[in-house]
Amino acid sequence: MKIFWFIVIGIAGGVIGGMGMGGGTLLIPLLTLFTNTEQHVAQAINLIAFIPMSAVALFIHAKNKLLDVKYLLWVALPAVAAGVPASFLSAAVGGKSLGRYFGIFLMVLGGYQLCALIVQKIRAQKEAEKEKIPLYKSVYK
Amino acid sequence: MNKCALGAVKIGGGLLIGAVNGFFGGGGGMLCVPLLEKILHEPTKKAHATAILIILPISIASAIAYLIGGYFSPIDTLTVSGGVVSGGILGALLLKKLPPFAVGVVFALLMVGVGARLAFF
Repeated sequence: MKIFWFIVIGIAGGVIGGMGMGGGTLLIPLLTLFTNTEQHVAQAINLIAFIPMSAVALFIHAKNKLLDVKYLLWVALPAVAAGVPASFLSAAVGGKSLGRYFGIFLMVLGGYQLCALIVQKIRAQKEAEKEKIPLYKSVYK
Repeated sequence: MNKCALGAVKIGGGLLIGAVNGFFGGGGGMLCVPLLEKILHEPTKKAHATAILIILPISIASAIAYLIGGYFSPIDTLTVSGGVVSGGILGALLLKKLPPFAVGVVFALLMVGVGARLAFF
């Protein structure tokens, strides 16, 4: 029964991730809240699950020439350098406190995403209105 | 932005993304996309695709660190990963059919709600 939930939660996280909305950030709390998985273990599951998922995505993106390899040196290299000690630091924090920190992190990300989406929507509407006026003028000149 | 400042932004951004993704086991992509799109002015699709490229090596390195720490559950990982891969393909296909704004708002609210549940209860 537990395996069934793991698959369902995996699919849910994958669908959200496939839409490019941070599937992992929801996969982790789904695991801890619904399957009683320990916080660190849930985080490790997300890290590992990301690998095959991203391999498939990268294959498609490479075909469409959407990858910019120069960022590997400038962004990914320092990211790995910071990521490894951060992972060991995380292991040293207790699961309960880590869960609380994760909750705060999730709230910040959700809040940011909400603001970004609304700003984007307002901008798109303004752009659309700008395009309407010249059309109107061109017709009624 | 001049070349020197641009380099500092990239390296600084990389350090932050790596630290967050390592500590929380995820979420680095949600910082990486705005870095590429808003600050470095890459087109939206390219920013999303390249973010995955940047997160992959961090995820591999962090996963190894978690394994060393003993936080590993093979069967759980295998079943969830299978779900994630199939769900990922489904999500990519669904993206064309669902209104992205509405879906985005629903997930953002869900994140705030779930986050509050974890942080305070």
